[in-house]
Amino acid sequence: MNVPNLKASSFKSDITPIWCPGCGDFHVLLSVTKALAELGRAPEDIAVISGIGCSSRIPAYTACYGFHGVHGRSLAVAAGLKVARPDLTVMAMSGDGDGFSIGGNHFLHACRRNVDMTYIVMDNRVYGMTKGQPSPTTESDWDSALSPGGTGLRSFHPLVIALASGANFVAREFSGDIKGCTRTIVEAVRHPGFSFVEILSPCVTFRPDEKAWKDQVHVASVPETDDPARAARRIMTDDGMNTGILYRGPRAPYHASVSDREVDLAPLERAFEI
Amino acid sequence: MTEIPGSSRNISFAIVGTGGAGAITAGSLLLEAAGKAGWYGLLTRSVGPQIRGGEAAALVRLSTASAACMSKEFDILVAIDWKNADRFIGAMPVAPGGLVICDPEAGPPPRAVREADCTLIECPIGELAKSVQGGRENMIATGLVAQLIGMPMDELSAVVLEMLKSKGEAAQQASLACLRIGAEAAAAFGQSRPLAAPRPHDSKRWLITGNEAIGLGAMRGGVRFAAAYPITPATEVLEYLAPALAATGGALVQAEDELASINMIIGASFGGRPSITATSGPGLSLMMESLGLAAASETPLVVIDVMRVGPSTGIATKSEQSDLNIAVYGFHGDAPHVVVAPLSVSDCVLCGQWAMHLAETLQTPVIVLSDQSIGQARVLIDRPADVTFLTRRKPFVATGEPYQRYAITADGVSPMAIPGQPGGQYTAEGLTHTERGSPSSARVDQHAQMVKRHGKIENFDFGDYWGVDEGDGASDTVILTWGSLTGAAREAIDSLSEEGIPARLIALRQISPFPGERLKALLAGTRRLLIVEQSFSGQFHRHARAHIDLPGEVRLLNREGPYNIGPEEIVAAIREWRAQ
Repeated sequence: MNVPNLKASSFKSDITPIWCPGCGDFHVLLSVTKALAELGRAPEDIAVISGIGCSSRIPAYTACYGFHGVHGRSLAVAAGLKVARPDLTVMAMSGDGDGFSIGGNHFLHACRRNVDMTYIVMDNRVYGMTKGQPSPTTESDWDSALSPGGTGLRSFHPLVIALASGANFVAREFSGDIKGCTRTIVEAVRHPGFSFVEILSPCVTFRPDEKAWKDQVHVASVPETDDPARAARRIMTDDGMNTGILYRGPRAPYHASVSDREVDLAPLERAFEI
Repeated sequence: MTEIPGSSRNISFAIVGTGGAGAITAGSLLLEAAGKAGWYGLLTRSVGPQIRGGEAAALVRLSTASAACMSKEFDILVAIDWKNADRFIGAMPVAPGGLVICDPEAGPPPRAVREADCTLIECPIGELAKSVQGGRENMIATGLVAQLIGMPMDELSAVVLEMLKSKGEAAQQASLACLRIGAEAAAAFGQSRPLAAPRPHDSKRWLITGNEAIGLGAMRGGVRFAAAYPITPATEVLEYLAPALAATGGALVQAEDELASINMIIGASFGGRPSITATSGPGLSLMMESLGLAAASETPLVVIDVMRVGPSTGIATKSEQSDLNIAVYGFHGDAPHVVVAPLSVSDCVLCGQWAMHLAETLQTPVIVLSDQSIGQARVLIDRPADVTFLTRRKPFVATGEPYQRYAITADGVSPMAIPGQPGGQYTAEGLTHTERGSPSSARVDQHAQMVKRHGKIENFDFGDYWGVDEGDGASDTVILTWGSLTGAAREAIDSLSEEGIPARLIALRQISPFPGERLKALLAGTRRLLIVEQSFSGQFHRHARAHIDLPGEVRLLNREGPYNIGPEEIVAAIREWRAQ
């Protein structure tokens, strides 16, 4: 049901976020609530699903239904919910550790499955809640107590993986660009199938170097495409700081869903008669 | 049907052959035809992990009364071939005086058969099959057994025609010809093992496996969503539910792993749909963290664990009752939940339904401990009785007051809002939380919610479904068991009774919370308590001891898989005990 006069504040709860001052996630929360106001559905028709980590605290800060689950499994919870309740708008929200490391396998299969929902990953390239360990998107030489001198591992490229795995909508935004984030989230929710939005969201505490992101990001100079090969080439050759909608695909969303219809068990029971 | 002289109320036979030879099909056909004729029966498969080329045997027991477990010995053994038979023939010993029918072209029988006290009959099964264009050896074997046990050919032919409906008339006729040729060959043996005539009955028998039965039970219990990751021996639960849900407006999603399947059902249940998954030990291990989430967030769901031999990958195709510990005690933190176990294939229907009822009513995860021995057994039963539970989630009703999802209530169960309900918005939470659901690290919240979650389960009245108390209620000799071994124990107390030894059987369906007070009262005055279970370490025994002081002298009859404990072993243990 569409509700008139919704504002961003209609989607904010009265709980004060516990993020560090200056955390990019405040801006993501603001963009999400602005986008929801623009989408015009009542808060009770929206579900925000998360895992574990700083960014995964977000459901309780919204006025929607929420689920704060275990580490890495938000996409599975969200997929189950959307198939069970196709009438709801379902959004999964996660961080780079939650979404790409412990939850990496679910990410691949969520892209393949293409359930009609939106996945927002607040990527700060660090585990913040556990106080500064490298995540899959962290640069290989980033020094930390857990991996002195860096992990030596190639960093993960979520957008390329999403494209290769079949996500139907792929975008990157920067948390500080509220307008850009809001617009892209609205488009992501509206697009059928699995929509993936990576939001670069600085961790000012453990990655103070990311404060420079605001000067490094730039709106992509080329328009979005529906050609996955073109999108992949673009995203693999850019500087990692391009923002905007990269890819919007035509795949049909996942087919199955639960309906409210009356259940007649008699035919199932008769099938066992001999 | 007139009674055949010398007939038995129970006949067991085994048909063996290389995987792909059709031994299982032969057994299945005979079982179904027996059901049409009015007998009861049970079929288990002995198969290797390979689909083809490994060993395969259909073990069938037919009976004039309900058949709860497989016989220890077989009256008839038909070998289509002996390839790989050495590996598993020990599991199907021939009864003294039994018949072994084999093809001389198939080589010598294994030593266990050669040395058995049985009548060996050579029959050119392969040659007979070749005498019919498109003929198959397993159909010859089917005809042989049908003749030997006195199976009406009309019923059998009808079942064969139905099975081969899609294969065309030539295939149907070839199979019927093989049945006739097999039966004629057997008539010339001068031997038979006739089954006594079935009792008159007016309702149609059901032919069903434990895995199908538990799925049907869940359907009766209102399940609308399932998530699935394949694993032996639980896959058939999911393969049953997939079309059953699709046909009734529900849905099943195949997940990428068990971590996903448990979390998908958490999501679907959060959305207000009764939800289920099925797995076996390795999958249950993967699900443990999220089962804890379901307990903490008070999300109703059911996990069917069809237990197999463990630990680790163990023996995927054989049975054990060794997941009791993980199911009851495997959660980190204190996470009250419910664990139940079906007592038979037929009871799987009740348990599946009951589990859905308990999960929804108590807003908690329920684990159902079935196992391979009943999950993959195909049985002929009477239609399981209809049971009515007043199942509902305590509903949220908007009052204008701020909604408290985890409100402290008298029974510990809080009203649960469903997404879409205005004014009910909350965040389901795995962190320690307040009544409203806000994360908290305060001692007072941890305590209040712990007491609430514990109380809603401990104080719930599970009614008469806790288990069964059968046999001689006055006897001071009690067999205590749980889950699938109830069938063997039932047969044991019947045999003991025929010998004039009174014994009582207590079998638990309710494993956790443990029905300690009830059991204590039932066991008062017991002098001999024999605990029977299929686990190496006696997990059930320890579980019982952790809750109550067991009366009298206690003995344990237990063993790990893959060989199931049978009635004769229970009878022997009691007989020996009483003789001392």
